[in-house]
Amino acid sequence: MNRVVLPLSLQEALSTLTADPDATVLAGGTDLMVEINRGMRRPTSVLALAKVPELRRWEITPNRIHIGAGVTYTEIMTTEIAQAAPALAQAARTVGSPPIRNAGTLGGNLGTASPAGDTLPVLATLNATILLQSANGQRQLQLDEFMVGVKRTCLEPGELIIATELDRTNGGQEYLKIGPRNAMVISMAGVALVADLDTRSVRCAMGSVDAGIPRALKAEAWAAERIDWDNGAAIDPAVAQEFGQRVSTECSPIDDHRSTAAYRRHAIGVLAARALNRVCSPKRNGHV
Amino acid sequence: MSNTYSLRVNGTDCEVTDSDITESLLFVLRERLGLTGTKNACTEGECSSCAVLVDGMLTCSCLVLAAAVEGQEITTVEGLSNGPEDLSVVQQAFVDNGAVQCGFCTPGLIVAVHDLLEADPAPTDTDVREALSGNLCRCTGYGRILAAVHAAAEQMRSTP
Repeated sequence: MNRVVLPLSLQEALSTLTADPDATVLAGGTDLMVEINRGMRRPTSVLALAKVPELRRWEITPNRIHIGAGVTYTEIMTTEIAQAAPALAQAARTVGSPPIRNAGTLGGNLGTASPAGDTLPVLATLNATILLQSANGQRQLQLDEFMVGVKRTCLEPGELIIATELDRTNGGQEYLKIGPRNAMVISMAGVALVADLDTRSVRCAMGSVDAGIPRALKAEAWAAERIDWDNGAAIDPAVAQEFGQRVSTECSPIDDHRSTAAYRRHAIGVLAARALNRVCSPKRNGHV
Repeated sequence: MSNTYSLRVNGTDCEVTDSDITESLLFVLRERLGLTGTKNACTEGECSSCAVLVDGMLTCSCLVLAAAVEGQEITTVEGLSNGPEDLSVVQQAFVDNGAVQCGFCTPGLIVAVHDLLEADPAPTDTDVREALSGNLCRCTGYGRILAAVHAAAEQMRSTP
């Protein structure tokens, strides 16, 4: 078709995609344009979503947060989303640089589905639902249903990621990552941790150490038994350290151009321990 | 394949004809519109030497599909001053503080510093480092760049 289509509504975007299911979908461009600039992709038609208002909205309700797929990292960091989902804001803050965060979107992070996607471990710990829509209707999937492998999703032709819905939690949240410098890095290992006061449960997910975004289910249960839920006392540092070691056994890192399996596993242990220390700091969030 | 659209760059409507739909804004600015102030280096968002403002938002132009920003206000480094005889406060501060070495990263830095000082007239050292964390200077002249930003901020604060 050789054209760039800039729909002004979700309905228009979906009907364009139905008519031309091979169109390349463009959100913030921070991944797609790199591939185009390198000549790895040569789209013949592009569906650019920047002007679809439905995708740019967010809504915060008492229990859940609805974030449109076109909401940028900068918006996540600088709006009320940051207070409602502190770990998501922290993950957004670690992405690229200010111009990258102005462009990159939550929907784009999901669509790329890289194990190094910084928001993905946070989504896994906040019980995210991914909303997909096509002209035929809507599907709602959990992250591990949506992301089926390294850079592979279950999106079908004609289907768009339209939003993500997350839990609001009562209690500490953290996202930490390791890279070669403090800015502009793709994560070598990342950990998201949530201590949920209402359910007295811990949720911990990892990035860059598996084909997907694994949860450390055994270590989570182990830590939940050791947190002082009633008084919010600081966690025993030895407990935090053992938690880190336990978390690091629940992933399957590999050696690649960015790091080694051994370093990644070590880093996960350090980050998970640090995250538990922070999440259970009495100074933080008043309580746990 | 050919495609025709119009871009609004530094307040002027510019017709882009016969372009391939996959061309980046960086490519179109430099190769089709002759605005070579915006520099082409990494083409993957790592270096910010191609930074421009799109509707006032700091953006790497290499990561923008040109045909997708039709109708939006694009400001390049050329649009921030009235030419070599009338530099912006930020540009003059870079000159005065020796913050330009080879000069390749300078246009992207100038755009990023304009963006920073518009939002925050009195940034701390940490704020400046964070705001410019995506701008790479391979001459590694960061000390003088930092000094230039503070000098520009001070001057902008003292001249309302």
